[in-house]
Amino acid sequence: MNGAQDLGGVMGFGPVVAEKEEPVFHAAWERRAFALTLAMGAPGGWNLDQSRGARENLHPAEYLAKSYYEIWIAGLLRLMAERGLIAPDEIAAGEPLHLPKPAPRVLTAQSIPALLAKGASTLRPAVTQQRFHLGQRVRARNIHPYGHTRLPRYVRARVGTITHVHGTHVFPDCNAAGRGEDPQWLYTVRFPARELWGEAADPTVTVSIDAWESYLEPQ
Amino acid sequence: MHDKHDHGSHLTEIELRVRTLESLLVKKGYVDPKALDVLIDTYETKVGPRNGAKVIAKAWSDPDYKARLLKDATAAIAEHGFTGRQGEHMVAVENTDVVHNLVVCTLCSCYPWPVLGLPPVWYKSAPYRSRVVMDPRSVLADFGVTLPADKEIRVWDSTAEIRYLVLPVRPTGTEGWSEEQLAALITRDSMIGTGLAKSPTKTTVEVL
Repeated sequence: MNGAQDLGGVMGFGPVVAEKEEPVFHAAWERRAFALTLAMGAPGGWNLDQSRGARENLHPAEYLAKSYYEIWIAGLLRLMAERGLIAPDEIAAGEPLHLPKPAPRVLTAQSIPALLAKGASTLRPAVTQQRFHLGQRVRARNIHPYGHTRLPRYVRARVGTITHVHGTHVFPDCNAAGRGEDPQWLYTVRFPARELWGEAADPTVTVSIDAWESYLEPQ
Repeated sequence: MHDKHDHGSHLTEIELRVRTLESLLVKKGYVDPKALDVLIDTYETKVGPRNGAKVIAKAWSDPDYKARLLKDATAAIAEHGFTGRQGEHMVAVENTDVVHNLVVCTLCSCYPWPVLGLPPVWYKSAPYRSRVVMDPRSVLADFGVTLPADKEIRVWDSTAEIRYLVLPVRPTGTEGWSEEQLAALITRDSMIGTGLAKSPTKTTVEVL
């Protein structure tokens, strides 16, 4: 969706300010917000793309005003509410008032090292023929889906060159909508900055994105 | 987003909300608080940019390893035992005399956790995500980095599950250094591309 999360090329945010000796977390609640979000994935049953979609669905003004882990908590609450895992009256009361989802897959402390070390590969066996080849010029499609997408606005309708072919990967637009993984060929596409931002852009700069096949059309 | 917008009462409100939420989820049987402690400890004390520095130091020291890293970064990084969540599909991009690489996630906060840990606030912030794809030299200036005007800059926007690690240029004057000595020169920012590896003269004391 064309939400506040799609920030490439938006102006007016001021300088990048890096904190010296920055801690991993800035407050105790950030630690818990981070861990709660990771731990709820298994019992909640949602996928990574649905988590991202839930965060992007915040009102743009809220998205830009909230701190990072506040966005995570808002996303987590939305994911749980959509699945009936917790009810608004329980949040208000701070106490369980309804039966939990039966037999949730609870993340145990012992299982974590192996789970984190394994991760969750998005690579899937190829089910379609690869449409584009290395070095080919392609145009990012001019699409504006209302749902979750990983095609940033700033490349849409712009022409770039395929520099990497990554095999077939879970397609987020479909996976976030709960319509299955629909694996597609994934490519890295490199765009000259002048193609993206016009003649005034720095001629020494290129920007690459990773794009699923259906984001692209032959040029 | 940065916490600078927060103020005292606001923090209290979010602290209370997260505490209530955790208690509710524990009581409903969805979450084991001990698991939360392990997750936090992992990313606060175990996984961080020292992992990435070991990878880079090895690549600087061992041409065969560097070749493996540039060919299949996921496998080469796994040789160090760094694998898994948010590093399932790694690509290493090499800085040279003529090319400088910079990594961003304009859409959220994608970052190679197994080698760099969790991202700093600035990496997740609107100023960085919005501007680095349009005017990377001005972002580098915010970090005090100036590159030659004719140097090619390649920005990598992590829009899929591919995670990028920058292989910085090895500083001159480090011939014969051990991997441990070299690792001390490799900063987190040099592996994102917003910084360069430290010059040996500035760190001789701490290295020796």
